[in-house]
Amino acid sequence: MDKGLQSEGKMIDVQQMIERNKNKKSFGERIEKIIPFFLLLCAAVSVLTTVGILFTLLRESIGFFSNVSLIDFYTGTSWSPWSGEYGVAPLIGGTLLITLIATLVAVPLGLMSAIFLSEYANDKVRRVIKPVLEVLAGIPTVVYGYFALTFITPMFQAFIPDLGIFNALSGGFVVGIMIIPMVASLSEDAMNSVPNALREGAYGLGATKLEVVFKVVLPAALSGIIASIVLAISRAIGETMIVTIAAGATPNLTFNPTESIQTMTAFIVQAATGDTTFGSTIYYSLYAVGMTLFVFTLVMNLIAQYISRKFREEY
Amino acid sequence: MNKVMEEKTNKNVNQGTKKPEVKKEGIKKENANSIIEVNDLNLWYGSDQALYEVSMDVPEKQVTAIIGPSGCGKSTFLKTLNRMVEMVPIVKTSGSIKYRDQEIFSSKYKEEYLRTKVGMVFQKPNPFPKSVYDNVAYGPRIHGIKKKEILDQIVEKSLKGAAIWDELKDRLHENAYGLSGGQQQRVCIARALAVEPDVILMDEPTSALDPISTAKVEELVQELKEKYSIIIVTHNMQQAARISDKTAFFLNGELIEFADTDDLFQNPHDKRTEDYITGRFG
Repeated sequence: MDKGLQSEGKMIDVQQMIERNKNKKSFGERIEKIIPFFLLLCAAVSVLTTVGILFTLLRESIGFFSNVSLIDFYTGTSWSPWSGEYGVAPLIGGTLLITLIATLVAVPLGLMSAIFLSEYANDKVRRVIKPVLEVLAGIPTVVYGYFALTFITPMFQAFIPDLGIFNALSGGFVVGIMIIPMVASLSEDAMNSVPNALREGAYGLGATKLEVVFKVVLPAALSGIIASIVLAISRAIGETMIVTIAAGATPNLTFNPTESIQTMTAFIVQAATGDTTFGSTIYYSLYAVGMTLFVFTLVMNLIAQYISRKFREEY
Repeated sequence: MNKVMEEKTNKNVNQGTKKPEVKKEGIKKENANSIIEVNDLNLWYGSDQALYEVSMDVPEKQVTAIIGPSGCGKSTFLKTLNRMVEMVPIVKTSGSIKYRDQEIFSSKYKEEYLRTKVGMVFQKPNPFPKSVYDNVAYGPRIHGIKKKEILDQIVEKSLKGAAIWDELKDRLHENAYGLSGGQQQRVCIARALAVEPDVILMDEPTSALDPISTAKVEELVQELKEKYSIIIVTHNMQQAARISDKTAFFLNGELIEFADTDDLFQNPHDKRTEDYITGRFG
């Protein structure tokens, strides 16, 4: 058989055609060169945005710290900007209290859900529960906020009579509900990626299901689980709408969850939407608080990355 | 059929089989020292039958090899012996398997207990991502042995039993994942030995290993049969011939022939066995 193809009675040589097309310094070739720059530009947008935000935060914070000393800001225990007191501790305390309550709700519930989904649920059940769980993550936080204020708080009031309308407990509780999907979904992924061979190895030694789950699967998935928890915590720290609506606006250095508090985020909302004069100290304090918040979430994210690298079990 | 599939407990489902044509004479030799007796075992994955009327007596403290082409049901058969096959939810079985005269399919028989008696080594080394020590101590620990001195002794004894103590005695607290494949597989054998089983099932334990590691594991199998009854599935007929006392040949889910290894390889009674061991198929 002859080499080459027949087309309309003529012989065509593929190599020749490639040669001919290659010699056309074509449009396509220019595209090949331009595309990477275009893609780089797209990638740069998010980097530039981060840099821009950081720059603004830093510049305005410096403006603030020329009026209020850094030491007063971080060591003061009273936050009352309208009367000139800028001790950020009550706001940080409020944020930490909310985060603590949220973590206490989300970690056990999320982890147990993940264990159920990954190790116990059959395919049918998993296919129903997992999407429903992930819907939780898609509910707008403002809806969560009103849920906390109008449903959870009255419910809690039945058990805790002196619970105020605005309180850290309901706010933190609902923030916890909001971050459950994050813990559950990421932890489930981590447990799912534990190879079956490990489970079989344990079953082969006479382990029960519970022993396999807690002594093989959980330790093997630990890095992913911890990373999911840290990420969820960082999400709780930055949560705004729920706490603004449900936890109140009382900067209050307390660890009593039944009281009204104010978080860093809620203060920013209050100051940014109120009649704060541009250029006033209160206006600048917004950036100082924002900067502090940014450092908190940044640190949490770094910890999450460090943990998932450090404790990655090779299997 | 559907009714059977709905039955969640897959123990002793009575059911006719499609191919009950195995000649039991000549396959089943009464053996006074048999440790596991399999009678008329059928197994289905959903509606696909994978084992047909398998009956054989596994001798005590000998090496029994199971050979056959891929997909012939030899691994399935092996996993049935410690009921690991039931981890696949759609599996149904019928027939009887007796371990030391006790019916393992009986609802009173706990599979966790069975697996401490009938241990298993898998095709791919599957140590836990823990230290060598914790791997070997895993079995004793889950069965309630907590004292450090006792665990130390068990770990040493098991690693010695798996002929890897000398190599690893200074590396007990290193992660088992840092070991070579051959070492990992022997750690897995040590892990199985640590609960002092009676029978050890090996599912192609050398198929993922290099020739030198394979030789070590084979040598080990020879030593282990002093104390343990070993059933080994292998793709490698030379391996079966080298290390086993008895050999079973499976084809398409049926036990074709089960005899002394020398006998089976030199005078196969069944034409199909002969074709397989002479390399005409498989």
